[in-house]
Amino acid sequence: MAKSARPIEDLHPDAPVVDFANVSIGFEGKHVLKDISFRVERGQTMIILGPAGCGKSVLMKLANGLLSPDSGTIKIFGQEISAMDERQMFGLREHIGMVFQESALFDSLSVEDNVAYRLHEEHMPEDEAHTKVVEALKFVELAAAIAKFPSELSGGMRRRVSIARAIITAPDLILYDSPTGGLDPITSTTIVELIVKQRDVSHTTSLLITHRIQDAFTLATHQFNKATGHMEPIPNGGIDDSTRFLILNEGSIVFRGSTQELVRSEDPWIREYLA
Amino acid sequence: MPFLNIESFAKKQVAGVQDYSLLAGRAVANLFTAPRYWSEIWSQMDSIGVGSMPIVILTGFFTGCVLALQSATALKEFGAVNKTGGLVALSMVKELGPVLTGLMVSGRNASGMASELGSMKVTEQIDAMRALGTDPIRKLVAPRLFATVFMLFFLTIISDAVGIAGGALVSTTLIGLPWSSYIADSYDKLLYGDVVAGMTKPLFSGFIIATVGCYFGLKTTGGTQGVGKATTEAVVVSSVFIIVVDFLVTRLMIGIFGS
Ligand SMILES: Nc1ncnc2c1ncn2[C@@H]1O[C@H](COP(=O)(O)OP(=O)(O)OP(=O)(O)O)[C@@H](O)[C@H]1O
Ligand SMILES: [Mg+2]
Repeated sequence: MAKSARPIEDLHPDAPVVDFANVSIGFEGKHVLKDISFRVERGQTMIILGPAGCGKSVLMKLANGLLSPDSGTIKIFGQEISAMDERQMFGLREHIGMVFQESALFDSLSVEDNVAYRLHEEHMPEDEAHTKVVEALKFVELAAAIAKFPSELSGGMRRRVSIARAIITAPDLILYDSPTGGLDPITSTTIVELIVKQRDVSHTTSLLITHRIQDAFTLATHQFNKATGHMEPIPNGGIDDSTRFLILNEGSIVFRGSTQELVRSEDPWIREYLA
Repeated sequence: MPFLNIESFAKKQVAGVQDYSLLAGRAVANLFTAPRYWSEIWSQMDSIGVGSMPIVILTGFFTGCVLALQSATALKEFGAVNKTGGLVALSMVKELGPVLTGLMVSGRNASGMASELGSMKVTEQIDAMRALGTDPIRKLVAPRLFATVFMLFFLTIISDAVGIAGGALVSTTLIGLPWSSYIADSYDKLLYGDVVAGMTKPLFSGFIIATVGCYFGLKTTGGTQGVGKATTEAVVVSSVFIIVVDFLVTRLMIGIFGS
């Protein structure tokens, strides 16, 4: 998959890809996120954990400028988005892929048109777009569903179409909102494998929300083997060193750090949450 | 509690009017700049224009019929049955054609837009569209606005025409007026100003239908229940607006043409 026309990361090569500083947001007087600060460096995968309703999806929408914070600053690729208007955001979003919690596929469009949405917006010639769609659908192992409509797909298939739609332009940042939410363990594993594949093949920076702690640990302890085309445990109990964790509870960060730091954490709330 | 709520209620209304004006303004502005979504415009023209044709023809026709029947009965008292044609034509072109067509299309399309955009909103498809780099106002609202204004204009002409034809049919068959005198009287009574007044109204109604329908759709919250509520509100508000604006335009036109 070709890189986007303008490699945005060259703009501020040393800046973290995602940089939240003292971000707060509330709805109708109710605080949802309070004073959130964290960074995601290039090539890292930040896994966001936390109980339901603690503001994970809100945080992800902030990172894409779909919501704007009440206070604090958010920088994406070194550019401050809290100061941008919607039109400037569109330029930046070309470099960001997002997988929504409920997939958010366009019901009125076929799988092919959903996946090719961005390419069509960029007026890519039809045959070229088709080739890319086939490639992206092969990546998520759904090539057979190309002519179907979203209403004809299962939840797991929709999630995979949604991943294909997010990665087709080879974005520099991918936001996965609960890609395994509500799926059976086998389908979840297929999706985790896709995410590991995307991480290890393209080294894309990503934010990933999940409710399933086992998925988070699978991500941290597995790598993609290009020869077999499957993921496998990192030998000798190794850990992927680009994985970072962020745990939210009631709108605040309760943990931020690497996999080792997380397993060694003494915090009683975290120990109970991980148990 | 009610006292506390008056302030927040007023604030909400003001914010609503502000949001609505912003949406309408941006939709209009988007029509004058590229990119334009022509395929979206065509499909909306088809769904609004061609799709509304049957109800517009039926209501227009029967309104013309009933108008002829009522006016002939009333005019008989003054021995002026031969004035039926003019009365039907004037009422249809100046008032009933534009208003009824507006209300019918509002019931059909303001609700359709609110429920379609509302479902897209609650299933995060609107957010997904923004995340994929498309402005939903440009892609969804502007084409609906253009298509509604454009098509409502022609639907109104059709409604006027079939209304006059319906009146003619009733006058010749039930009332026994000669066809030629009906048509001649209609033609005599209709002045340039009446036609302009009647043709101006659908431009406003079309604008109201599309912007109100899309506004309520895009501000939908609260799942499928919210979609139902948005749909109802869109139809109620756009219908009331159409009638109020009809009054204002009529007043304005009387000021301009003096009749
Ligand atoms: N657009 C909105 N308007 C009002 N409140 C909102 C909105 N979006 C989110 N909230 C509120 O913010 C809080 C956090 O929501 P969020 O969707 O981020 O939770 P989450 O952590 O993603 O939960 P889950 O794990 O169930 O997906 C919730 O209490 C929710 O009611
Ligand atoms: Mg969520």
